[in-house]
Amino acid sequence: MIGLEHYLTVAAALFVIGIFGIFVNRKNVIIILMSIELMLLAVNINFVAFSSYLGDLAGQVFTLFVLTVAAAEAAIGLAILVCFFRTRGTIAVEDVNVMKG
Amino acid sequence: MGFADFAFYLFAITVVTSGMFVVVSRNPVHSVLWLILAFLSSAGLFVLLGAEFVAMLMIIVYVGAVAVLFLFVVMMLDVDFAELRGELAKFVPLAGLIGVILLMELALVFGAWTGAENAAELRDAVTPALEDTQNTVALGQLIYTKYIYLFQAAGLILLVAMIGAIVLTLRHRPDIKRQNVLSQIYRDPAEQMELKDVKPGQGL
Repeated sequence: MIGLEHYLTVAAALFVIGIFGIFVNRKNVIIILMSIELMLLAVNINFVAFSSYLGDLAGQVFTLFVLTVAAAEAAIGLAILVCFFRTRGTIAVEDVNVMKG
Repeated sequence: MGFADFAFYLFAITVVTSGMFVVVSRNPVHSVLWLILAFLSSAGLFVLLGAEFVAMLMIIVYVGAVAVLFLFVVMMLDVDFAELRGELAKFVPLAGLIGVILLMELALVFGAWTGAENAAELRDAVTPALEDTQNTVALGQLIYTKYIYLFQAAGLILLVAMIGAIVLTLRHRPDIKRQNVLSQIYRDPAEQMELKDVKPGQGL
């Protein structure tokens, strides 16, 4: 019988893979953005799993909002990336220090 | 093992493996394709959990929009990805350490985790029985009433993101012809057109 814990395990594994991806692809910002999408997917799986097992529909509503924010974040992130590529001619983000932040 | 269990393990293993391949794949186009597979199988997990609307939204929004956006950008940018991947092995020990530590922390939480005693009373929006209301109908009844302000805010976020993406990527090139609306409006028809009486067979 598949319980809540099974889904939480899958979500935890996916979240850790996302974190791992951010650290392992320090230079390639496209893969970093994809890793962030994976982490948000893990959060969504947690939301829906709890929503289903507690019988509370609010979790699924919040999944919609997470989805919205993820889509907006991907659009803005990729737009910034295109801008950055036009000015610098590369997408290596490891040594981005134009703003001296 | 019933069919639901088999489907869960199939989707779960597919999600985790394709997530891993997103991260370690050498070619970013392959990464995007693995990402699409991860989203599709997570949609399968959502269907198993009884959240059909979110599952379909996952396919439409993530596979149909976000992943395709990634694919466009990966193929549009002329980047030498092999060079970016060159030092991958350098970061693997650190990344693996962080991943293992995080996994252990999550396992600690997992061992000590219990649900609240009064979780059933604290529910915000109790799911109606499937015979009364389907998942999509129930969600619609919720987001258009109780969560209407959040729903509007989500729309506003998308609008701002759209405008931001357009503003960031739009560029005015000086060397191409553009329509100048103002000069078109200010043109005087009387000066722009001249009527000439042409005699037949003679021309101008």
